[in-house]
Amino acid sequence: MAEEFWRWTESRWTDPDIDWRKGDIITGGVDVGSVSSQAVVFVDGRLYCYGNTRTGSNSPDSAHKAMGLAMEDTGMSLDDLQYTVGTGYGRVNVPFGNRAITEIACHARGANFMYGPTVKTVLDMGGQDCKAIHCDPRGKVTNFLMNDKCAAGTGRGMEVFADLLQVPITRIGELSLQVEKEPPPVSSTCVVFAKSEASSLLREGWPKEKVIAAYCSAMAHRVVTLLERIGVEEDFAITGGIAKNVGVVGRIEKELGITALKPKIDTQIAGAVGAALFGDALVKKERKKG
Amino acid sequence: MYTAGIDVGAKTVKIVVTQDGKIVDRQIVPAGQDAQAAIEEAWQSLDTPIADIGLIVATGSGRKSTKRAQGYVTEVAAAAKGAQKTEPEVRTVVDVGAEEGRAIRIDEMGKLVDFAINEKCAAGAGAFTEAMARALEVDLPTLAAMSLRSTGNVAMNAQCAVFAESELVTLVHSNTPKEDMAKAIHDAISDRIVSMVRRVGMAEKVMLIGGVALNDGFVASLANDLETSVIVPQDPQLVSAFGAAILGEEGNYAESLSETI
Amino acid sequence: MIANYGYKDGSGDYFIAIDTDKCDGCGACVPVCPGAVFMVMDEDPNDPMREEPVAVVADDQRKKIKYACAQCKPGGERSPLPCVEACPVDAIAHSW
Repeated sequence: MAEEFWRWTESRWTDPDIDWRKGDIITGGVDVGSVSSQAVVFVDGRLYCYGNTRTGSNSPDSAHKAMGLAMEDTGMSLDDLQYTVGTGYGRVNVPFGNRAITEIACHARGANFMYGPTVKTVLDMGGQDCKAIHCDPRGKVTNFLMNDKCAAGTGRGMEVFADLLQVPITRIGELSLQVEKEPPPVSSTCVVFAKSEASSLLREGWPKEKVIAAYCSAMAHRVVTLLERIGVEEDFAITGGIAKNVGVVGRIEKELGITALKPKIDTQIAGAVGAALFGDALVKKERKKG
Repeated sequence: MYTAGIDVGAKTVKIVVTQDGKIVDRQIVPAGQDAQAAIEEAWQSLDTPIADIGLIVATGSGRKSTKRAQGYVTEVAAAAKGAQKTEPEVRTVVDVGAEEGRAIRIDEMGKLVDFAINEKCAAGAGAFTEAMARALEVDLPTLAAMSLRSTGNVAMNAQCAVFAESELVTLVHSNTPKEDMAKAIHDAISDRIVSMVRRVGMAEKVMLIGGVALNDGFVASLANDLETSVIVPQDPQLVSAFGAAILGEEGNYAESLSETI
Repeated sequence: MIANYGYKDGSGDYFIAIDTDKCDGCGACVPVCPGAVFMVMDEDPNDPMREEPVAVVADDQRKKIKYACAQCKPGGERSPLPCVEACPVDAIAHSW
């Protein structure tokens, strides 16, 4: 098989200021996506550690792998988690999960934590779907849509282009900004048709950057039309893998005339963060009931 | 004097030359990268001298590239007319090309009753089967033949061609027989075409035209889903060009591109 | 909450919007739909803290509602949609 241009690096992080052994409520959140899987651990409502990894051939293994990566060198084990919530495409197949909650609910809640209560619009651009969520100051969903039927506007669509152009997916964004003049967007929405359109542009002699720019701009436009269905209100946050693509994010901001909040932590973990926070809330609810 | 219909599609350029309602000459060339060059090549490769053609009527998604045309008709009008002229008892025309699919209902008089179109999405067009054949590393005739040999019943869940490719990879990994995957591919596209047919209201007889009609794996899936037999004419991809020529003979065409309805 | 189920593809926008603030999960939409598009869940999957039943578009229908709904949306003159008519609280809307 040829070199895989669409791969990105796995990562993990631990907050050195937290001693989890002193924690009262410890919950886990696992987001098993179609392309990547994330796991986080919350200690008393604070993010303690996370792991971001590629999804393997099945969901249970991917969940274990992500949580294993998150817990690496922390001395923690699955037994230390009082409650774990699974979310994402493989949410019902998290072997150590106590409950599954939809990505929509988890992303809104996660974005509320990561960006603060002023966030009203959340755009999550995942590997195989695109979610537009409007939420209230408590992170509760007020309006949402999810597009997972069509690859246009998803990470998978971008991967197809990275492959076609033989450009690493992590470089797509910056390359797309290296054009003197913004080319007209690729006219086809459908990824299959856009791909053949791009091939003929390349044959016509367009440099790679220009073709990438044309696709990033088409993708941005598509996402904006989705956002408009639920209504865009500031503050606005973008989560998921595509949030790391400055070429798409910049063009979405330009079209909306709104700047997205800049993330402090890895945007891909928003779903897992929300899941762990629901875990925290559910533990507290149980305790109240006695 | 002859009349010609030219159908400029996403993948091929088709020309049919008629006289008094009968086909006297025909040509199919790949559209390639340069539609205008392909169109010119098609004209030059006809046996009929262009000077003997009195009227040229164009149809298809690329009809604007036809410099020689004096008349224009929509794909729906051309398909309906071509199908009805080929087989007068046809009431439902299913036209599946490389990048578009459509279902058309016509009445006893050959008048258009209703139509539904799927465009701008590969899932309901020939591009879907092509992408799947590439993913399975077989050519289209092999895919069709495999499909007809299938004894199993595998369903594809993905609607999008891009996601369906990933689903195929999963099916390959789980050792699904290739024959069953081929049938699942044709069933999937047939399912989407059938919903368009239901939308316009199916009436017999049903004719399938367009390049995808050459795929007998798809034809079998469609006939099975529609629970009726499906007529596939000889040269199904030429039917719309033929229809355009007949509309030309009848004087039913627009004289400028912008007036095409 | 306005829950939009469906998708956008190259050919258009196909969403069924259910207003969960109005919907009480009565289920009137379920039997009237010839495409079996709706189902009632005991609690809202997108609002884990709410514990009342609510109608949703079934998982296996979300990616093909353009096709499932086609039988109620003929190309010509349109009669009112059965699901919209059946809902006593006007909680269902279609985007196309």
